[in-house]
Amino acid sequence: MDAGLFSGAVPGIAAFESSARAIVGPEHIHPAREISESAKATDNSGGADFSLYPWIRASDENAIPPKLRVEPANEQELARILKLANESGLAVIPCGGGTKLAWGNPGQRADIILSTARLGAIVDYACSDLTVTVEAGCTVKQLRDTLSQLGQRLALDPLWPSRATVGGVVSANDSGVLRLRFGSLRDLIIGVTLALPDGTLAKSGGKVVKNVAGYDLPKLVTGALGTLGVITRATFRIHPMPKQSRTISCLAQDVREAQRLVLAIQDSKLAHSALQIRFVQSMQPQIDVLFEASEAGLSAQIEQLKTILAPAAVIDPGPAVWNARQELYSTAKDKTSNSALAKISVLPTHIAESYAALATIASNRVHFQAVVQATGIGFVYFEATPAELASALQSLRARLEAQGGSLMIAHRPSAMPPLDAWGHPGDALPLMRAVKKQFDPKNTLNPGRFVGGI
Amino acid sequence: MGQASLCPRIGLEEQPPSRGKASVDARIVQELRAIVGPRGLITSAEELHTYECDALTNFRVMPLGVLLPESTEQVQSILRVCHRERIPFVARGSGTGLSGGALPVENGVVISLTRMNRILEIDLPNARVVAEPGVVNLDITGRVLGQEYFYAPDPSSQSVCSIGGNVAENSGGAHCLKYGFTTTHVLGLEVVLPDGTLVHLGAKALDAPGYDLAGVFVGSEGTLGIATKVILRIVKRPECVHTLLAAFPSTNEAGAAVSDIIAAGMLPAAIEMMDRLAIRAAEAAVHANYPDCGALLLVELDGPVAEVQYLMAHVNEICRNRSASEIRVAQSEVERALVWKGRKAAFAAMGRISPNYIVQDGVIPRTALPQVMSEIERLSKEAGVRVANVFHAGDGNLHPLVLYDRRIDGQQAAAEALSYKILEICIAAGGSITGEHGVGEDKKLAMSKMFSEPDLATMQRVRCAFDPLQLSNPTKIFPTPRLCGEKPGKYAAHPLEAAGIAERF
Repeated sequence: MDAGLFSGAVPGIAAFESSARAIVGPEHIHPAREISESAKATDNSGGADFSLYPWIRASDENAIPPKLRVEPANEQELARILKLANESGLAVIPCGGGTKLAWGNPGQRADIILSTARLGAIVDYACSDLTVTVEAGCTVKQLRDTLSQLGQRLALDPLWPSRATVGGVVSANDSGVLRLRFGSLRDLIIGVTLALPDGTLAKSGGKVVKNVAGYDLPKLVTGALGTLGVITRATFRIHPMPKQSRTISCLAQDVREAQRLVLAIQDSKLAHSALQIRFVQSMQPQIDVLFEASEAGLSAQIEQLKTILAPAAVIDPGPAVWNARQELYSTAKDKTSNSALAKISVLPTHIAESYAALATIASNRVHFQAVVQATGIGFVYFEATPAELASALQSLRARLEAQGGSLMIAHRPSAMPPLDAWGHPGDALPLMRAVKKQFDPKNTLNPGRFVGGI
Repeated sequence: MGQASLCPRIGLEEQPPSRGKASVDARIVQELRAIVGPRGLITSAEELHTYECDALTNFRVMPLGVLLPESTEQVQSILRVCHRERIPFVARGSGTGLSGGALPVENGVVISLTRMNRILEIDLPNARVVAEPGVVNLDITGRVLGQEYFYAPDPSSQSVCSIGGNVAENSGGAHCLKYGFTTTHVLGLEVVLPDGTLVHLGAKALDAPGYDLAGVFVGSEGTLGIATKVILRIVKRPECVHTLLAAFPSTNEAGAAVSDIIAAGMLPAAIEMMDRLAIRAAEAAVHANYPDCGALLLVELDGPVAEVQYLMAHVNEICRNRSASEIRVAQSEVERALVWKGRKAAFAAMGRISPNYIVQDGVIPRTALPQVMSEIERLSKEAGVRVANVFHAGDGNLHPLVLYDRRIDGQQAAAEALSYKILEICIAAGGSITGEHGVGEDKKLAMSKMFSEPDLATMQRVRCAFDPLQLSNPTKIFPTPRLCGEKPGKYAAHPLEAAGIAERF
């Protein structure tokens, strides 16, 4: 008998390991540390973050990093492993591609990484019904490739698609520029199967787009950062691929003008798919508009757009401008010691005001870049010393929250002074805690990473 | 309304409500009256009759009383009293629901939100409207139409149904194929929880930190609390709207045309289908000048003019290729209104061809349409009960109308049985028991056909977080009563009786 990888290191973990071996087979249990080495070696996506340890250590020098990574073969095995960990009092970190493990607060405890790496199947692709059901570990790219063969797509552009998995993207509620037209994950997900800490496997929603039977748990787990249950499969509504697409950009005189133009485009009858403003410190903001239509529809709309933007000259910069958000994230990850990345949310009419606040707060000590979508969702990259980063993030959050917005810290250096990743959750926090308690009474899943210490 | 139950076993004939004097302590009545004022409390039997059912009229329960609060504070005060005294309550909007969601519960009160009917804020640059729950759906559009905006969810009852009711039911409508449902358009809610606590879920700005509890609340059919303010998203009106009406030999050809439209990569604003019986009824009722044919397809495209014209030519071609005998394209508002007239009147038109009917609401994957249609036809012949079909064909939402005559012995039972079987067909095809009408009282038993016990128990966890004492519309959605936590005795016993409360209401 093998003595186990970590027998005796943490109370309960040896017993867990031996029982888990019986469930998934010994070859599917690994030391958690291995994940970072092997994944880093093969990662060419530019975005994956397997450096688990910074966020575990960030708040507490003595925190114990996760010990084991378990890779169940199917949702039944996954539910049994989760139940076993829950009964053993071990904390579980659900993990897909690991690209967003640094999101949220540092975990209070971390024992087991529960990986969906082997749950990668596209279970049911009903192309004529415009729905697809996939297992949680399927990467966005794999799903995208499958759908594109039949001229369809999941109308979502999340970060690092070659690595990010469906389960992870849903848990992190990560959507990109297409949200303006197609909504975010909450508008695309129509069904989900969840594994709960007590071993329950439960489904909610269904395989049809229109369905009001029972509570909408797909929405509950979207953006819950894996704190309520582990998503094992999800069903999405999908859309036809556009016939043609074209990007049009222009420079705005200043930030106020940029906001005015964005609001004018929003108030027009154009049917654009995406609209963003790119800000680089002390440079003119750039506006990008994405059209997806037939050739006839494209030309007519571009003419209308030109009228709205006049006298600014327009150019066709190609689709690369839509990577702006991911570039900010990737830059932050590359410069781990002195950069931070925040997702902000404001009302569209507060974009200019928020930017002015940001510029004042940053002054000349903090370098920043931002991209803000017409929805009011934006992404800000900061570069400064850890102390200055903390101060800038805190000040900007206070300004945004004062006008009903929010700021979520997605990336920060490990040396940065402690700062809550989420900000003020409002008066519904006790209710959120009550929901958490119902789903995960022993606080097994991602303890401490979500809002208000959940 | 001539509708009948799906689940006769839980109808009132078998379980008459205690119409005798269920009662509440005089002290509590006084307290409630002090909260809402003398005009805000209804207790007389004749007035209460208005509230004993919603638009599904075969379930009836007399409430102990009806409260008509005018403010969030009043709703909070009422719920605090209900919580303290363990009095179950049912929130009610305009009472147009088709699943008995606003049916009162025994020994409970009804809280009618019709007096909370103000539009509080219109923020056009951000495309947001903040409304109280009693505001009528169509009034939102009415207030922003001048600036070329509209509120997209358009249930057939939109000229009378309330936003609060839409939130409870996650109402859809013909145009949700493109624009989404109520949940797509609700960004935030002010909610009074069943213990009287006030919480704000979601916000005017997107992605507020924390769980998406607004997303869970919408469609929870009044079982998680009472919404007192709703932040809605409004939409800019499209540059143009064109509606095509095509006549087909049967639903098979019409269904094939729908498949072709989807396969061509189009996303119309609406695709509606009616079968021969539904067409004839609509003609008899409103003279929409529909062609007499086996199936009618109504396809609406909206957006920029050049794009719509291009796509409409394509739809036209598809319909011709699928043997459409007659095609009309409405371009003006007047022409459009005429094309829609028959469709919108379809449910009510059944009265022209049948003394009684059941409106069913099921969903199937759209591609299963031919098979499900022939199955419904077979069952209809077998049972000797006629079925007229009206569909939101784009998203597979069926509204079979099961026609019967109550005066003929056994017909009602046969119609109810057939209606229930249709739901089973929908489930077997991988669909849902309801696309937009809700589960309410009507389809509780079908929930266990669609979901397993662990699925339902998991949903129940949400309810226990919001409403551990289960006072908010407690008997709806779920097939069997469940308890939260480990205090069974308190709720299982009749709370009012248990408290030894004397007669008064």
